[in-house]
Amino acid sequence: MSIPNDRKYAQTHEWIRAEGDVMLVGISDPAQDQLGDLVFVGDVRVGAKLKAGDTAGVVESVKAASDIYAPVDGEVVAFNDELGDAPEKLNADPYGNWIFKLKPVNPDDIETLLDADGYQAVVDAS
Amino acid sequence: MSAALKRTPLYEAHKQAQARLVDFGGWEMPVSYGSQIQEHHAVREGVGVFDVSHMLSVDVTGPDARLFLRQLLANDVDRLSVAGRALYSCMLNPRGGVIDDLITYFFSDTDWRLVVNAGCAEKDVAWMRRVIARFSLDVALTPRRDLAMLAVQGPQAKDRLAQIRPEWRSVLDDLKPFSASHQDDLLIARTGYTGEDGFEIAMPGDQIQPFWEALIAADVVPCGLGARDTLRLEAGMALYGQEMDELTLPAEAGLSWTIHLKDESRLFIGRDALGQFAPEARLLGLKLLEKGVMRSYMPVHTEHGAGEITSGTMSPTLGFSIAMARLPLEVKAGDEVRVEIRGKSVAAQVCLLPFVRHGKAVTH
Repeated sequence: MSIPNDRKYAQTHEWIRAEGDVMLVGISDPAQDQLGDLVFVGDVRVGAKLKAGDTAGVVESVKAASDIYAPVDGEVVAFNDELGDAPEKLNADPYGNWIFKLKPVNPDDIETLLDADGYQAVVDAS
Repeated sequence: MSAALKRTPLYEAHKQAQARLVDFGGWEMPVSYGSQIQEHHAVREGVGVFDVSHMLSVDVTGPDARLFLRQLLANDVDRLSVAGRALYSCMLNPRGGVIDDLITYFFSDTDWRLVVNAGCAEKDVAWMRRVIARFSLDVALTPRRDLAMLAVQGPQAKDRLAQIRPEWRSVLDDLKPFSASHQDDLLIARTGYTGEDGFEIAMPGDQIQPFWEALIAADVVPCGLGARDTLRLEAGMALYGQEMDELTLPAEAGLSWTIHLKDESRLFIGRDALGQFAPEARLLGLKLLEKGVMRSYMPVHTEHGAGEITSGTMSPTLGFSIAMARLPLEVKAGDEVRVEIRGKSVAAQVCLLPFVRHGKAVTH
């Protein structure tokens, strides 16, 4: 399963990538594979001010719900409405579809997260 | 995964097919071979096969077999008089709670078979042995762990089975729903748990692999227990541990229709309790009117009081979330209720079960 090295990863299987002064957050390929067919993505509250590790929303497969977490401190500034209508896009292209945008309190916080090799080690260990 | 998990004779075949394996009632079973939704659709529209060898067949033989089953089960096996007919029933404790739900096959007065849930198998057999001892019955119980079982389900099940086993053609053509053909250690039963036509086939474990491979080679889609759950939920079928358990009366699990009280002299275990305790809730369906997914144990708020979801999912056939819920007796089909989904109150409509029959949405 692919883990591109153009972004950072949280232990909890979110990817995060800077785009201008905001950051895009989605879930990794191993995460979508583990969850199986996704049928709901949502409960993201635009305007929520989150600490790293706070629940930002939920992704649900046929069988189970799984929280998605803020990888760094910040404010949720957008939810990807396309996923509200077509959650299966996350299965087909997890890195091409962000779930929410976060305006970070401190942009440098992203450097504290895992790189592709570090995240691969997390996946291998789980 | 714990080394203590039990495995069916098809374990290696599942691994080769890249199944995702999970702990299911102490058994390491496939939840899916890839896409649970595709497996679900395969059964609704074509044909799929499930390994259900974790379920236990128990042969019941001896001169008191019928008497034993009439005391053990809430449904009445006296309704079975034609060899091969099957009966669905609950096995109750003295308080009227459900020890397990099971299928009984009648072969002759002295020869029967029960098929029980995997997670309940040990307690079931222990309970049956206690009942036999307590009433000093001349009955032998033989748990058949030597048998493996496949469920071949879907509108094309019969044709595809006849294609790979032409010698079964006349048996398959003649079998009525909820009937079985039994010869030596081969059982072919027109039963299932998906709301579609289909067959459950038991045979010795050492013969199951070539049969499985023949099915796969004939493009029968291997399906995991994840799809089995969404299929049975759409079909409005109760699952042990979700809709019922030892604290639940059958009426509270939508299973009143399985209780047979006609013969007043038949004092089956639990009968007294059923007369003493009135059900406090009943099982109905819910359709979610907004986005989201209903799950087990979510609270339901109605104008007649609170209820609880027993099973919920996203329905692959219908495209929205459905659930079974235990609701106050006054709640009726058509009522609108609120479901608490992760702290959010979401509107749902109450309906009768099932949601889907033979591949089509049911409108009540």
